[in-house]
Amino acid sequence: MTIAQVRDILEARVLSGAELLENEVHSACGSDLMSDVLAFVKDQSVLLTGLLNLQVVRTAEMMDMKCIVFVRGKVPDETILSLAAARGMVVMSTGFRMYNACGRLYAAGLVSLEGVR
Amino acid sequence: MSELVLHYEVEGANFSAAGEASSAVKRVLSRLGLSDKVVRRASICLYEGEINMVIHASGGVIDVTVFPDRLEMVLKDTGPGIRNLEEAMREGFSTASDSVRDLGFGAGMGLPNMKKYADDITVESEVGVGTTVRMVVRLDG
Repeated sequence: MTIAQVRDILEARVLSGAELLENEVHSACGSDLMSDVLAFVKDQSVLLTGLLNLQVVRTAEMMDMKCIVFVRGKVPDETILSLAAARGMVVMSTGFRMYNACGRLYAAGLVSLEGVR
Repeated sequence: MSELVLHYEVEGANFSAAGEASSAVKRVLSRLGLSDKVVRRASICLYEGEINMVIHASGGVIDVTVFPDRLEMVLKDTGPGIRNLEEAMREGFSTASDSVRDLGFGAGMGLPNMKKYADDITVESEVGVGTTVRMVVRLDG
């Protein structure tokens, strides 16, 4: 699906990278623990998290992720947004909690890390 | 082909800056045209190591050497050292504080992740002196 579809499914607000919404994403990962995100080397395009610091962007960068979704309506500060923008990532904020946000994307066909639905 | 050497100083106790060296290395490796998988594996190893330097030691130095067939990454700090290396290599073992856990790390996955993605890893550590981690990632991996 496209990042624009992710935005629509999550009823999210795009905070940076609006010009990249037509990029395709094929898998996602939801975690507040960055080492768990780093434990899977496979392609993961979208990171959903409730954690709000620069290391979220760094982790996404190491993993070549294209989109970060902050759950529970969290809004990152300008430092986080500008680093994500510099690394070519879309950042959005959704009002849904982690479980619901992941469930919505999964039900819509965005697969998990393991690549198995 | 001569090797390429990259050197970075990592500042201690500056959590916001943690990852800057790994980020810089990743961009250089990508520009060299190495495979995405190799770049990602090396980046994960380096980033976890860099985070460890910031969390546990007061920074340190990172040297990355690109050989025709492999990357060698050496992370050296003069921090407190690792008291029990066997425990530290085990998933879930951590001596990190709650404040570090609040930041998304300190769950005892750092060294295990590095071991998982490096083709070879050696850790030398002496309590009160410091820790040196050497990792190799093969370019054909």
